[in-house]
Amino acid sequence: MQSTSPGVDPRGLRFAATLTTVVLAVALLTGSSWVLAAQTLVFAVGALAGPAASPYGRLFAWSVRPRLSAPKHLEDAAAPRFAQAVGLIFGLVGLAGHVVSVELVTYVAVGAAFAAAFLNAAFGFCLGCEIYLTYRRFIPSHHPNPTTEVAS
Amino acid sequence: MIVFLTVLVAASTFGVWQRRRDGRVRPATPSDHADADTGERLSAAEIGAELGERATLVQFSSAFCQPCRAARATLAHVAADTEGVVHVEIDAEANLDLVRRLTVLRTPTTLVLDHTGRIVGRASGAPRLHDVRAALPA
Repeated sequence: MQSTSPGVDPRGLRFAATLTTVVLAVALLTGSSWVLAAQTLVFAVGALAGPAASPYGRLFAWSVRPRLSAPKHLEDAAAPRFAQAVGLIFGLVGLAGHVVSVELVTYVAVGAAFAAAFLNAAFGFCLGCEIYLTYRRFIPSHHPNPTTEVAS
Repeated sequence: MIVFLTVLVAASTFGVWQRRRDGRVRPATPSDHADADTGERLSAAEIGAELGERATLVQFSSAFCQPCRAARATLAHVAADTEGVVHVEIDAEANLDLVRRLTVLRTPTTLVLDHTGRIVGRASGAPRLHDVRAALPA
């Protein structure tokens, strides 16, 4: 079980982003709230339990990882967890749009989540990770992360 | 369908543009700041380390940052094999005042300082080795 370890295989993150892109594309094209609900649930597990414990992470560990060599380095799980939480918010907003029958809200939310997942899958660009600092500029953390301890 | 295609094209365009721009070391533009003659300056106290005799490479990092590792490796490499060049890493989250003042929007952001602490170059995203060497003041 690697879900308890602090690091995650970056290739697993890319794999998960690719699956997310495909699932969100299906949600966008079919307008199915069930597909969106399933993806939102995946986001929730990833945000709460970490990317390795999410269904896509488990699928990667079970089906893809055994065929690959050991990763050169592991990523800090904190960044992708934050990104999954951002995805969760978009998913919930999209579902809320369905519930109140304001389809525009759903299109915007799912479109944004799809764009973010696609950028991660195709370009390795993690939008959720990039906006983290902007978010912190407005809401400073009370527990500064000690991983990059530098004199201030 | 239209929504899907629009998002796909927009995201692809952004991705390509971002990849081109990412990690470029651009010369600092003094006109961005009030003191146009001197440009923005950082002191040893502000960055929490002594300035290099030739240049200081100030890297803003955060825990939630995948490319920071690559930036660290590149900058440490340049500092190690160039006389008078120092690499300083700053935790952006713990130094938000500096982050706001310098308009650091993402990590990693790298500032190239000359020996007086004046900002002469800036890169957002993991900088490229050749770019960093080229941006070093004489």
